[in-house]
Order: sequence, then structure tokens, then C-alpha cells
Amino acid sequence: MGLKIKMNERLGRLYAFLDGEIDHHSVAALRTDIDLNVTLYKPKSLFLDFSAVTFMDSSGIGLVMGRYKKMNEIKGRVFIQNPPNHIKRVMLLSGVNKLAKIVNADMIAGEVETLEKSSK
Amino acid sequence: MKKVVNEVKLRFKSASENESFSRTVVCGFALSLNPRVDELGDIKTAVSEAVTNAIVHGYRNTSGYIDMLLRIYEDKTLYIKIRDRGCGIADVKKAMEPLYTTAPEEERAGLGFAVMESFMDKLTVKSVVEKGTTVIMIKRIVGIDGYTAEE
Repeated sequence: MGLKIKMNERLGRLYAFLDGEIDHHSVAALRTDIDLNVTLYKPKSLFLDFSAVTFMDSSGIGLVMGRYKKMNEIKGRVFIQNPPNHIKRVMLLSGVNKLAKIVNADMIAGEVETLEKSSK
Repeated sequence: MKKVVNEVKLRFKSASENESFSRTVVCGFALSLNPRVDELGDIKTAVSEAVTNAIVHGYRNTSGYIDMLLRIYEDKTLYIKIRDRGCGIADVKKAMEPLYTTAPEEERAGLGFAVMESFMDKLTVKSVVEKGTTVIMIKRIVGIDGYTAEE
């Protein structure tokens, strides 16, 4: 239980791999972690990876919306990467996928690049 | 009146750690209905939203107790009542509008009620300012046994 995060940066892309349950309680610490790295690396794109997220309520939507605002300040974009079906449902219900496009691991690099250029 | 098959009452403090505790309890309680994985997910998410609302909004800057009443009826209906004695909501209709939030600085998306409404069959919200808020959610569980190809 709880929520863990691993982050890495490569060629202007910052990846945040989330692992565990996302709710109002668990999301607070993680937000700061991501924002510190955004300030440090000033990436062009932030990829929030949800593949290991086992539960998410609307706090996760708040997380994406907040990071969208943060990335917007530095003219960057946010992507929702590999959301499992139950998480995708919450994302689609909120329409947050209009701000942060959903990408999957099986997308070829070129597709993601096109999205990076088109959104924004 | 429908017959109550099982019932649990639970009182816990409005600490944010209890968000995961409360949804785990409901999950365990609902297991006797043999729910499908997606039904369990819906219930957990809805409960998490209601309890978070009580903690973040009901008991904003204060703390208190949250009462939960869980029932299973004979027609495989799950009944969940979540009650706080916090500040209450002056305009329930407004509060239930998607994206409306009174706590944007905490990155609340304003989607709690929208999630509860779409993931459960029925949602009732009663609130009195200074007295507190009661959320009642009902969902009929189709379950693993009730699954048919058409659904």
C-alpha cells in the first residue's frame, strides 16, 4: 500500500513512474517530488506513468491538472502513460485527457513525437 | 421494506490515512456479494471520494468523526451511508456540479460527486450548514454469478 515514485530524465523528457494507490492522502508528498524535478530539469515533456497504479480516485485527476498548469508555465506538456483500464475510466470521465494526452508503451517513438509537437 | 442481510457500522477519525482504510473495509464487506473486479473498483473509488470530501471539506481545518453504515439487502444491493458532522454544504446543487471546488489550492478537481454519481446506481446528498453532510450511495451488484454475455 501507499504510493511510491521513481523519476528519470532523458533528452528533455521527464518520466515519473507511479506505483501504488493514488488518493488525497498519498498524492500530497508525490506532488512536491514531481514539481522539484520539473523545476530542476525544465523538461519539454512530462510523462506520468500509471502502469503500476492499482487504485486512483479524483485526486489523481487533480494531480494531472496541477502538473499541466506547472508544465504550461514552462511551455511544456504532460502525457498520461500506460493507464490501466480502471484508471483510464476516471481519466475519461473527467476529460483531463484533453489537457494531457494518453500514450501507451506500444506506441512507436514517432507517434509520441508527433503528439508532443501537436498538443500545445 | 427490503430485508437487510448484513450490516456494519463504523466510526473513524477524519484522518487522511483513513481514506484507504475505509475503502478497504467496504471492499471486504462487499465481497460476500461476489462482485466483479470492476464493480469493486467502482465502489472503492466512490467511497474514497465521499470520505475524502468529509475530511477535506466537512472537517476543513478541524477534525471529527466520520460514521459509515454499510448494508447488504436481499436483492444484492449494497447500501453505503457516510456521514460527517462538519461544516455542511450551503448549496448542494452547486457543490455537485462537475469541476466546482472550494479547495483549488489543494488541487481538488471538483469531481468527487461526479465520480460517485457515475460509479454508483444512486446518490443522495443531504446537508445542513454547521451540522454536517450525509451521503447515501446504492449499487446493485451483478456479481460474477450474474454475469451474462449480453452485459
